[in-house]
Amino acid sequence: MIWRSLLRDIGVLTAEHIFLVGIACLVATVVGVALGIAGTRNPRLRSVSLTVASILQTIPSLALFGFLIPIPIIGGIGMHTAILCLILYALLPVLRNTVVGISEVDAPAREAAVAMGMTGQELLRFVELPLAAPTIMAGIRTAVVTTIGTATIAAVIGGGGLGVLIFRGVASVDTLSILAGAIPAALLAIAADGVLNWVERRIRTGRSGPRV
Amino acid sequence: MAYGAAIPFLTFEDVSYRMNGRLVLQGVSFALEQGETLVLLGRSGSGKTTALRLVNRLLPPASGKIFLEGQDIATLDPIALRRRIGYVIQDVGLLPHWTIAKNVGLVPRLEGWPAAQVEERVNELLRQVDLPPEEYGLRYPHQLSGGQRQRAGVARALANRSKLLLFDEPFGALDPITRHELQRQFLDLRDRLGIASLFVTHDVSEALQLGTRIGLIEDGKLGELMTPDEFLKSEQVEARRFLDTLPVSPRRPE
Ligand SMILES: Nc1ncnc2c1ncn2[C@@H]1O[C@H](COP(=O)(O)OP(=O)(O)OP(=O)(O)O)[C@@H](O)[C@H]1O
Ligand SMILES: [Mg+2]
Repeated sequence: MIWRSLLRDIGVLTAEHIFLVGIACLVATVVGVALGIAGTRNPRLRSVSLTVASILQTIPSLALFGFLIPIPIIGGIGMHTAILCLILYALLPVLRNTVVGISEVDAPAREAAVAMGMTGQELLRFVELPLAAPTIMAGIRTAVVTTIGTATIAAVIGGGGLGVLIFRGVASVDTLSILAGAIPAALLAIAADGVLNWVERRIRTGRSGPRV
Repeated sequence: MAYGAAIPFLTFEDVSYRMNGRLVLQGVSFALEQGETLVLLGRSGSGKTTALRLVNRLLPPASGKIFLEGQDIATLDPIALRRRIGYVIQDVGLLPHWTIAKNVGLVPRLEGWPAAQVEERVNELLRQVDLPPEEYGLRYPHQLSGGQRQRAGVARALANRSKLLLFDEPFGALDPITRHELQRQFLDLRDRLGIASLFVTHDVSEALQLGTRIGLIEDGKLGELMTPDEFLKSEQVEARRFLDTLPVSPRRPE
């Protein structure tokens, strides 16, 4: 009976966890890539956005969740605050890898593309994004894996997810409950890492092989 | 054009370029007629590449004007301008994630040619530079030798049937036999199609063979243009220095 309800909790909370991480990483990817692209066109924006994202990442997650609670509309108790927090954390790896990936595009290749008469858009679409894609993908992978871990803390502010089991276990000194939250979270991270790593390798080998 | 031959094909009027406060090009002026090849000869760092990059507006001149077929290039759309100029950049710069065929067909595709026409043109060009399309078309740049990549770069520059070519040491990495062959093809193409070119090289014998005129660049300053015969007889110090690098007393090949 206890086992049955525990298993059901694990199932529901794992789904919730995936939802939290999925939404947060999706938004972080869109925002991070867009900001990264804009940053490669505008050095000021690039340094400001990288600095802000780095600072955000140095704030301990528990503190960041805490900071957001009293803020009206965007903050408060609940899942939306948790997601906002996770987005802020996931932003840096995506943003940084987008900037790095695009700026590492082979300089003569970029120069030739411009010299042949590509517009800024064509350069982005045909040259910069395809060549930066593996690096950007690596950033997304880092974001997803770390967010899966960080999301366990979301339970503190009523965000749900596998952290609920962990905090319940900590509060009632129930090791089983802690493990019931921690193990699925770890497995989730390992699985996400494997899948995204595979995607990344596929993008990389699909075309260029070693750089010339 | 209403004035016919009265308007030179490409004109530099007192063009200067400044990089980090230093004058990299100083008061460069010349006029190039259709079908001419102006060889820019100069030491490393003298400003040759910079001069080419001004023509397709990769760089803006600090002062002076450049005219292409009588039009101030500063008033032209840079994208359209670049697509009508063939450019072989010094580092080749093939796109590493595209096949050779796709690289060579870049400008025609940007220009919206029908796919079948692009393919036909690409095959023709690859054969011209001795990279049979059946064998090389589907390879990626890293699967070619340095000289083969260079030839692919030349093919790409010719793709859109430009009337103006900018060649930045296009034959540098080639063995003498292949180089000679490509030089002959270049002369043939130029004479057949009346293509004008700015041709950068360090190699005096190449300059003598390909140039209708030769311009020496020294520290960003372009000297008087000379025909190859004038160049051979020149008493200028820099010209003599270049001629002294020739192994035997040079004779103009016919
Ligand atoms: N991005 C840059 N920043 C600063 N200086 C530069 C830059 N590019 C070129 N220069 C300088 O401008 C001068 C002219 O360079 P340019 O590339 O035109 O020389 P070049 O004649 O083509 O030389 P090479 O034969 O070695 O290719 C050089 O002194 C070079 O150091
Ligand atoms: Mg150069």
